[in-house]
Amino acid sequence: MDSGGRPSAPGSGGPRRPRSDEDHTPGRVERFRDAMAARAATGAAGARALVRRVKQTPPPPGPFRPGFWRSPIRGPWLTSVFGLVLLIGIPLLFVTGMLSYAAYNPGLDRINDQTPDKGLLGFYLFDWPTHPYWLYRLTQGVHVTLGVVLVPVLLAKLWSVIPKLFEWLPVRTVAHGLERLSLLMLVGGVIFEFVTGILNIQLYYVFPGSFYTLHFYGAWVFIAAFVVHVCLRLGRMSRALRSRGLAAELRTDLAHTRPEPPDPDGLVPQAPAPPTMTRRGALTMVGGGSLLLLVVTAGQSIGGWARNTALLAPHNRAPGSGPNGFQINKTAAAVGVNPAHLGPSWRLELRGSRPPLVFTREQLLAMPQHAAALPIACVEGWSTPDQHWSGLRLTDLAALAGLPDAGSVLVESVQPPGPYASVVLRGNQIHDPRSLLALHVNGADLSIDHGYPARIIVPANPGVNNTKWVHRLTFRT
Amino acid sequence: MTRFVRWYGSSPLHLLVLIASFALTGYAVVRLFAVRPLDVAIWFVGAAILHDLILLPLYSLADLSAHTVLRHQATPEPQVPWINYLRVPTFLSGVLLLVWFPLIFDLSIPYPGAARLPEGVYLGRWLAITAVLFAASALAFALKLRRVRRAARAAEERPAPGQDAAP
Repeated sequence: MDSGGRPSAPGSGGPRRPRSDEDHTPGRVERFRDAMAARAATGAAGARALVRRVKQTPPPPGPFRPGFWRSPIRGPWLTSVFGLVLLIGIPLLFVTGMLSYAAYNPGLDRINDQTPDKGLLGFYLFDWPTHPYWLYRLTQGVHVTLGVVLVPVLLAKLWSVIPKLFEWLPVRTVAHGLERLSLLMLVGGVIFEFVTGILNIQLYYVFPGSFYTLHFYGAWVFIAAFVVHVCLRLGRMSRALRSRGLAAELRTDLAHTRPEPPDPDGLVPQAPAPPTMTRRGALTMVGGGSLLLLVVTAGQSIGGWARNTALLAPHNRAPGSGPNGFQINKTAAAVGVNPAHLGPSWRLELRGSRPPLVFTREQLLAMPQHAAALPIACVEGWSTPDQHWSGLRLTDLAALAGLPDAGSVLVESVQPPGPYASVVLRGNQIHDPRSLLALHVNGADLSIDHGYPARIIVPANPGVNNTKWVHRLTFRT
Repeated sequence: MTRFVRWYGSSPLHLLVLIASFALTGYAVVRLFAVRPLDVAIWFVGAAILHDLILLPLYSLADLSAHTVLRHQATPEPQVPWINYLRVPTFLSGVLLLVWFPLIFDLSIPYPGAARLPEGVYLGRWLAITAVLFAASALAFALKLRRVRRAARAAEERPAPGQDAAP
């Protein structure tokens, strides 16, 4: 249909030699160059024509047609409101997630490191502090609760940009193609992260591999695309946000709800349906979804009376009553601890620069006891309020082992080999006076499920690194 | 520069940013796919299409069907927009289910043993929340209906304007 753009016949624009020259060789080179230039020109013209023809291909019926998407409230402003919320929320998720990774001290020892091939992605690792003692409780509570709360916003954002998925042509230029590939990483990455995180906090381990590895590397795949997306869209977002006032929009009723002016991205429908919901209504519904999720989730990280409000969260009830009635991560039975190893035959072995020392629980109880009020805070986001632990200071045990300035300690549990059966703690964690090998909690012996006969409790330490059923401490310089 | 823009479709800065991003993506992807690459790829691509090609068509279709099926009940009463009284509780109950379905349907095998917390409470709680949401919506709709009907009756009882002036 576009005869003007059809490639010209080969040779028609061929080389036109001005005159024959005495000098034979340069003439031939020149002729060759001319021929190549002409062929290139022909080829380029042909390619341009092909591109033009492809560009004029009508979209197939269905979602690719501009009239298909009809919601009258879809448009850059609404997308940008959801985008702004995610622009604040997602960096917060990323930072708290990276903090959680650092809290496991993966750079300290091979035993702590489930991602030994992390390479440059661990560039920022630092010595995880013990101050303030509620640090991990806060960061991980925020990470998990915020992730849950952002689900409706994420869904709304994806809903608001659905026409872009079906834009026609699917790829217009190289830049456009690369950008869409990046969007695949963005959308795939964000949902991969949300899904793995949300399944993991419910102990629904159906994802393909170790949660720790998948969620960590997945976060980097996602954030690479997220940063590009922000770079490319920030200007458009702020322009769109300025195009309508939030206050005015929140006062607009259904009768006055109109589509936004047509936008180059094609979010605004060309054939809008009559409105059935105001923008205020849409924002309220999405915000209401987030609020409801917050209400039924946050209590498991706040504890106390609020725990009862976390109606759908995994750790919303006490597993028992009394001094040991607080939340359990993994029971002794769940990790396969043999109860016979916890009876009178149990011994604590202390290693350091001297020959190993061995203690019975009675001997440990006869030593000076120290107390600390510390929470258990889990990577799954739930936590307990401060519990009153008492036992032996790790720093005293280090001195007993002959290494008063120990730089690290390998903690080994009675539990069968597996993830978190042993951990290495850093010097700053050993020498905090609140770091204990606890024997009692809330005035009673530890229960089996809380680590009887002895467990580690360290301020701001991820719960799973507060090893239970400890039987050996190996201090190192 | 213009030739580049014509060929590439955007500015060179666009290309540089994207290449930097893809390099980081590649670095992480190699590690993400190190174990069970096929399964991870299925999960990643599945994640990319989960909302856009599965959830969105389903909920859009449900919304359109609700509109079509429940529209135009011939009643003498004045029409009141009702769709949002159905949409909002459905959405709220739906996001709760979407996030907490493994617990609601007792799908997590290790959960009760690990946390020493009995499963089986979540389905009842979710149903109770759903009941409260729909009941609240029904109540709000009933109040709205009453208000609209009263206003309509009041308008009827008032003499139509201009009646006396009729010839």
